[in-house]
Amino acid sequence: MAYSEEVLEHYENPRNVGTLDKNDKNVGTGLVGAPACGDVMRLQIKVGDNDVIEDVQFKTFGCGSAIASSSLATEWIKGKTLEEAKKIRNTEIAKELALPPIKLHCSILAEDAIKAAISDYKSKK
Amino acid sequence: MKLPIYLDYSATTPVDSRVATKMMACLSQDGIFGNSGSRSHAFGWKADEAIEIARNQVAELINADPREIVWTSGATEANNLAIKGVAEFYSKKGKHIITSTIEHKAVLDPCRDLERLGYDVTYLAPNKQGIIAPEQVKNALRDDTILVSLMHVNNEIGAINDIAAIGEITRNHGVLFHVDSVQSLGKLPINMQDVKVDLLSISAHKCYGPKGVGVLFVRRKPRVRIQAQILGGGQERGMRSGTLATHQIVGMGEACAIAKESMTEEYARIKKLRQQLIDGIQDLEAIQINGDINNGIASILNISFAYIEGESLMMSLSDIAVSSGSACTSASLEPSYVLRSLGLEDDMAHSSIRFSIGRFTTEEEIQYTIKKIRSAVKKLRDLSPLWDMYKEGIDLKTVQWAEH
Repeated sequence: MAYSEEVLEHYENPRNVGTLDKNDKNVGTGLVGAPACGDVMRLQIKVGDNDVIEDVQFKTFGCGSAIASSSLATEWIKGKTLEEAKKIRNTEIAKELALPPIKLHCSILAEDAIKAAISDYKSKK
Repeated sequence: MKLPIYLDYSATTPVDSRVATKMMACLSQDGIFGNSGSRSHAFGWKADEAIEIARNQVAELINADPREIVWTSGATEANNLAIKGVAEFYSKKGKHIITSTIEHKAVLDPCRDLERLGYDVTYLAPNKQGIIAPEQVKNALRDDTILVSLMHVNNEIGAINDIAAIGEITRNHGVLFHVDSVQSLGKLPINMQDVKVDLLSISAHKCYGPKGVGVLFVRRKPRVRIQAQILGGGQERGMRSGTLATHQIVGMGEACAIAKESMTEEYARIKKLRQQLIDGIQDLEAIQINGDINNGIASILNISFAYIEGESLMMSLSDIAVSSGSACTSASLEPSYVLRSLGLEDDMAHSSIRFSIGRFTTEEEIQYTIKKIRSAVKKLRDLSPLWDMYKEGIDLKTVQWAEH
């Protein structure tokens, strides 16, 4: 299968790769997917004043499209408020990366990861 | 060294230039273009002669009688013809077939189709090394068993079945034995005088011949009967109609002649190259060789790189052509059914890569591949949350995953 240029670019230069301290009360961690399904995403947000996402880090086990989807998601939510971040839809990620239908689940997982991170952060408050 | 590097010889092989030269002689107006069925003029005679030479070349490689060679469009057709041909012809004798869970789809799907038609199929499960034990076959035989169909060498992990021992059992029970020998042709010696195999499928394109041609060996003594699946002009003693593709057949013949000449030396060289590849990566943490490295075919190396997904690893090895058991490389989103049959966890199947080495692989290519694997594995593990968890000492099996 040929990858889109967008996927290749994110795969070669993934943004915001890393780890935040999951015990920090300002950090929300979303871990979604399953190894048996071939993709797991961990997306972490650090939330500052006014619910703004100051920092975001991810790590992903998965195919190129999964890595690109999570990389793009981190790029999009950085600097946004939690409310704005929640509004990101998997279809927008899929469109930006020109994902083929069989890879749509990668973008769904990225949306789930954002939501899981937000909900983890909120549960700490 | 030229990039990209081809390490997917088990998928297909390039046509050997000596083979291509012979084929080209059948593709011009001055060449051997006649219909081998034309008995009334020299154009037909020439084509017929070329085809019979090729038939002899194939027969010699497997030590068979040339009259036991039936040309087909490839091993898929040969497998279909063997399984459905036997099932139809011997349906009055019984309707039970034995095969295994790790056969190629070209065996499994005809078997499934026969189940739809009222046949009963037993799917034997291999051991962890991918091998079907002769005793398993013996225990599965029934009074109404008509056919056992097993592969000689598995295409994903290279496990070698003991077809000689299995053939003794089937012959003793009066059951026919079909072997898919696609992955062993030109690599392991196959002697049809020695093994009690009744039907054997082989393909040209896994052995440096062209795509689109294969052979079904159909034993004459004791005589094996099959119902033809493609009907028409009655070529191939009625077992497979259709004008013979002279250029393809001549190519397959030449490929087999070259294999007969060079296979011993070539196999030793391939084995050495695989060892170099293993030596270059075996110190990597958390990797696992799938299949039995000591008793498997030397051309295949299947490795799971834990905590890395196979397709993303292949993306990193972008100038190296390999294949993966990962779901992401298939249309079904299911990881390799072969690896799962061996008892591999799904995540390890997702993490697997098959390297297959062949005639034109060089040491330089292997060294380059080692370097690329090492850096890709590091990059992707740095990116993997599972690697982090493994390093923290978390047992991934105890984590509650949200399966999707």
